[in-house]
Amino acid sequence: MSDATAPRLVIRIPAFLRRLDPAVATAFGCIVLLLLLGSLYSRSFLSPEYLLQQLKVASFLGVIATGMMLVILLGQIDLSVPWVVTTGAMMACAAAGHGAPGLWISIPFGVLCGVAIGVVNGLGVAYLRIPSMIITLATNAVAQGLMVVYTGGFSPQDEASRAMRYLATGSVIPGIPNAVLAWAVIGVLAVWILKRTTFGRAVYSIGNRERAAYLSGINTRLVTMLAFAASGGLAAFGGVLLAGYASKAAQSMGDAYLLPSIAAVVLGGTHILGGRGSYLGTIAGVILITLLQSILSVMQITEAGRQLIYGAVIILMLLLYGREKAA
Amino acid sequence: MKDWRYWLSEQQGTLTAIGIFVVMFVIYATNHPAGFSVNMVQTAANKAVLLAFVAMAQALVVITAGIDLSVGMMLTLTNCLASWIVVGSAAETALGVVGVLATGLACGAINGAVVIFGRLQPIVTTIATGAMFYGAALFLRPNPGGSVNETLADALTGRLFGFLPASLVVLTLVVLVIWVPYSRSVLGRAAYATGSAETAAYMSGVPIQRAKFAAYTLAGLLSSIGGLFLTFFSYTGEAAYASGNAYTLFSIAAVVLGGVSLMGGRGSAVGAIFGALAFRTIGDLLFVFDFDPLWQPLFQGVVLMLAVSIGAFGLFQVRNRLEWFG
Repeated sequence: MSDATAPRLVIRIPAFLRRLDPAVATAFGCIVLLLLLGSLYSRSFLSPEYLLQQLKVASFLGVIATGMMLVILLGQIDLSVPWVVTTGAMMACAAAGHGAPGLWISIPFGVLCGVAIGVVNGLGVAYLRIPSMIITLATNAVAQGLMVVYTGGFSPQDEASRAMRYLATGSVIPGIPNAVLAWAVIGVLAVWILKRTTFGRAVYSIGNRERAAYLSGINTRLVTMLAFAASGGLAAFGGVLLAGYASKAAQSMGDAYLLPSIAAVVLGGTHILGGRGSYLGTIAGVILITLLQSILSVMQITEAGRQLIYGAVIILMLLLYGREKAA
Repeated sequence: MKDWRYWLSEQQGTLTAIGIFVVMFVIYATNHPAGFSVNMVQTAANKAVLLAFVAMAQALVVITAGIDLSVGMMLTLTNCLASWIVVGSAAETALGVVGVLATGLACGAINGAVVIFGRLQPIVTTIATGAMFYGAALFLRPNPGGSVNETLADALTGRLFGFLPASLVVLTLVVLVIWVPYSRSVLGRAAYATGSAETAAYMSGVPIQRAKFAAYTLAGLLSSIGGLFLTFFSYTGEAAYASGNAYTLFSIAAVVLGGVSLMGGRGSAVGAIFGALAFRTIGDLLFVFDFDPLWQPLFQGVVLMLAVSIGAFGLFQVRNRLEWFG
């Protein structure tokens, strides 16, 4: 009797908070913490200019991490990011060096080169059933080899086209950099694809249990291949943006994006074995990583110290909530 | 099946690797401009031994169905460390060598602890710890430099009795001292059992966690031996990001060529060593046939890609499509 009449102690949590993944909440919490830490160190840390600059830098990683997220949702991984980024940048710049028609096709050409590498990855993973970790390492090596042959081992002389520079550094809407807009467009598309299309739902179901997805009539191999192609294209687009930002491509420009892109996705709560994760989390992860890098460089820590802290922080954060269930 | 058939099917990968290596080396040696000579063998051995140590390290981890993407960075770190402490008198040098090996063990133990007790995925873990090891290497050697006890270096990269490359002797010793006892011990067998069927291994009371921990730790030790040898060849320490990554990549290629299954549970470190020797020889074939060295990275990449595609032929024998999904 008394059970029914006694006022039950229910803490009212708003609906949107209840649905929030704890990992995503943690990631956003860490962002706030980093901002507070940074503002203790320097006043300008919370200024709109600085934050917008951070968002611009984050958008390069954001574009690349979007592709990585698609692949991780499948339960696979794409380790070919470093040289796909570089290939995209170099090929776009190379196309830009070929006169007027080259200027027009420079951006699509760079992206298409990335898609091509992604298709090779996808064919290997989906149709030949090679572990994604291995085949993507191999295509990474091949892409590197191709670029070394193409450039002769030096930084290429080609400059980024004006469109590429405008895309990375200009702003159509005053105050908002184009790179951020590009990331926003890609982000909205990604959310729509993941939430509202058969393809997106198929990606989640393959990540959960590929065998079941296959038996329920999903063309799992095609979906896997398309996801890898998209990942390659997005990584290359990230490279195009980076080349536009720096106004040229460089040999090892992609090396700095492999660990951050994986870390951003995983820190954002996407399960590394696939099947679970939200794009909101990835956004949080990308901003988190970018802020962390920025704070480390603002505090004038040497490259050595940055690498050490960076690796340690990623492992610590993963230990907080990225653990697998106990067997 | 008879006993020898079991043995043959277990050693199939290793034997194939030895076969590939012998064929490649014969092509290499017969076309070498200087001809087959003691000097040529010594140079080839010294170059290949580095990769062989890293490949052994990778093989130990891959057998447990894991992967270690930090082996190259452990090699770089221990290389930088060795360029500081493996100097001076005989006693100091000996202490230095011990220090380098202990560092390797510690790095491997960190990997093992995070993967096993932290329950994180090996890929992400070892990429992140790799970044840390690289940071430490950069801290030790912001610029390339340092030195090493040259008497020891020359002794270990030279020849014994005038014809036997000392580096190969050390490699053989390492196999005899580390791999042979390990693979015959409970931990070694447990590593194989864990790699082929973890649940079954658990139910049979196999010490899964200890086996994995031992594999990662020994991988650190073997990488540090590779780092020592890198210092002996180059006389310096250098925190080179690209070369560290290349060693990680090549170690995987060597493991695949050496018949170690990436799914775990099959293959041996000896196979991985021959895979490494074969991979190095294939890379050097380009020089023998007078190609532009610029093509070497592409060529090695294509070889790696073909090597990993070979495993896909098993798909054609699948009777039930559901077996695709493992």
